[in-house]
Amino acid sequence: MIVNKETISELAAQGKRLDGRPLTEYRQPIHIETNISWTAEGSAKVQIGDTVVMAGVKLSLEKPYNDSPDQGGIMINAELLPLSSSEYESGPPGIKAVELARVTDRGIREAKAIDMKKLCVTPGEKAWFVIIDIVTINDAGNLFDAASLAALTALKAARFPEVDPETGAINYKKKTDKSLPLLKEPLAVTIYKINNQLFVDPTTQEENSYDARLTVASDEKGIISALQKGGDAPLTNEEISKMVDIALDKAKLLRGKLDKNLG
Amino acid sequence: MSNVLVNERDIVIPGEALAEGMDYLPGDNTYREGEKIYSKVLGLVGLSGRVIKITPLSGPYVPKYGDKIIGKVIDIAMTGWRVSTGTAYSAMLNVKDATTRFVKREEDLSQILSIGDYLIVKITKVTSQNLIDLSMKEPGLRKISGGRVMKINSQKVPRVIGKQGSMISLVKEKTGCDVTVGQNGFVWVKGTPEGELLAEKAIKMIEAQSHQEGLTDKMQKFLEANQVKGEQ
Amino acid sequence: MAYTERVDGRKIEELRPMEAKVRVIPNADGSAMFKIGKTTAYAAVYGPRELYPRFLQNPERGIIRCHYGMMPFSGSGERIRPGNSRRSQEISMVMNKSLEPVIDLSAFPNAVVDIYVDLPQTDAGTRCAAISAASMALADAGIPMKDMVSSIAVGQVDGTVVADLSYDEEAYDAIVSDIPVAMTHNSKEITLLQMDGEISKEDLMKSLEMAKIATEKVYETQMRALKEKFSNANNEVEK
Repeated sequence: MIVNKETISELAAQGKRLDGRPLTEYRQPIHIETNISWTAEGSAKVQIGDTVVMAGVKLSLEKPYNDSPDQGGIMINAELLPLSSSEYESGPPGIKAVELARVTDRGIREAKAIDMKKLCVTPGEKAWFVIIDIVTINDAGNLFDAASLAALTALKAARFPEVDPETGAINYKKKTDKSLPLLKEPLAVTIYKINNQLFVDPTTQEENSYDARLTVASDEKGIISALQKGGDAPLTNEEISKMVDIALDKAKLLRGKLDKNLG
Repeated sequence: MSNVLVNERDIVIPGEALAEGMDYLPGDNTYREGEKIYSKVLGLVGLSGRVIKITPLSGPYVPKYGDKIIGKVIDIAMTGWRVSTGTAYSAMLNVKDATTRFVKREEDLSQILSIGDYLIVKITKVTSQNLIDLSMKEPGLRKISGGRVMKINSQKVPRVIGKQGSMISLVKEKTGCDVTVGQNGFVWVKGTPEGELLAEKAIKMIEAQSHQEGLTDKMQKFLEANQVKGEQ
Repeated sequence: MAYTERVDGRKIEELRPMEAKVRVIPNADGSAMFKIGKTTAYAAVYGPRELYPRFLQNPERGIIRCHYGMMPFSGSGERIRPGNSRRSQEISMVMNKSLEPVIDLSAFPNAVVDIYVDLPQTDAGTRCAAISAASMALADAGIPMKDMVSSIAVGQVDGTVVADLSYDEEAYDAIVSDIPVAMTHNSKEITLLQMDGEISKEDLMKSLEMAKIATEKVYETQMRALKEKFSNANNEVEK
């Protein structure tokens, strides 16, 4: 569906959207599936409306960083696969993929969601490193929220692989039932501003017509762990306050879906 | 001994055998190899006397002389505008084919039509390499303003329009919208936001179920049911 | 001792369970998912569309471009670094060669049909799954083709000719031969043929005969997936 930006803006002023949804409603279905990849230590597929993303967790044993010898590490990577949209090409990640990865990373890493010290095996020598890879399968808008939900689901579903006690080699084909030391479960919700109205879960069209956006990552207690503002237009303090309120509220909804699925 | 191997309205896949023997003729989207006729695409079988053809269920729009399409201006050239058609081939709209008024040589073409404008145009020429010329001079052809443009598969356009326009008239009537269907699958809908949304849903429904019988009745029921709700 | 019982208990000509679906990626012009055993491939077709750079354009025929990729978490061991490895480049190339013979390239002069395949999990037979998925996605996109292409790996394990080798069989501790094959349905012509390992000519010909039967089973799965998308809706209306 292709439309002029003006139409989306005009509708917004009336509190309306192209697909008839209320401004603060997510598309349906919201579908979460785990273990979609036997080769990943933890994996998830998340669908929000037509947007589908997958996340996979890989664990490896490495030498800890010099400045944190008693801790493991985490890295989040994102790829906008060409198969997910005619807008993407093969090649190194563009700025959109980089922002997606870093915003998702910020929400999880800065939340101190994983107890890094518990990832340590031998201080100064060996620790577990967690890498989460997010890939897009169909980009129909709102990758930020889908990616965050997929990453968190994959982390929760992840299990350590067996390690040979003598050689120290990892047997990736056998999983233990030990899960990752998660302290918190942060989820990102992005709020968009179009013509002074606040939206949730934009379609691709709406993403191409927005004035400003704010991604808010929060944990189960409502503590904010990451923020990212995007878009050309500025935001007032009042707007930010409203956006945060919506984000905290929606995070609860998404968390409920996640718990129901992993239940 | 000639033999048809499939039935009318069967769904077949590329390479599927449709008939054997020399009595049958390969129609659209089929080919003959040896004694047999095979399908070239995923589609519905159509038998018309001795001709077997396949109506594709999906596939790119093939630009044809005389087709009315909806395109978007993507570039401004010295003598006119380059217009995308939603296919691998863009088209050219020359200034002299765009308007009947005299356009001065120094005039800024972007003031007449700018990049991003949607147009209802007609194909006046298609070469073997798919170079396309357009015209916007006939009545009914113009730049679009307002409403929304949606995309459906071009193979479904005949079904959306219906016999003598019956299906699209039904949609227009029950949604109160102006609807223009381009042969290339782009559809312009203009009305109230609710009307436009209903028209969009209806057109998507027709697209999804185009190959089924009884669709007109189903659409009638759907549109009437939803129209009632809208009036409340 | 000859390999009489397969590692996972299958009969020698038995394929792992297959699952296939089309129209799984709404943004694409055509798409499909093909799964065999624990190997899953997603394919998306975009095109025909404008081909850049211009000098690649051919006024008589279009081209197809296959892009094969493995997701970083899809390898059975460590994480795979994202990026185009030599292996994926080669697989992209042989995928192209396996599909070109059936496509009517004259239908889209000067244009390109891009085929992207990515795998979230792998357990041998990856290029075969990719080709089978791509073939369905092309049909789903309405690209004119003479025939479908179906692909499976055959070969021999310790003297026994088998169909659809799993990873454990590829890595079996004996003389093994892994032969990915792609075939058209009607004429059973081979459009992909590669081999790793050791094999006698006699066993090679036996493998290719087995490939005819094995690819036929893949074909049935592909056909069912393509038709099911449209006949399911048929049933709903009749209710």
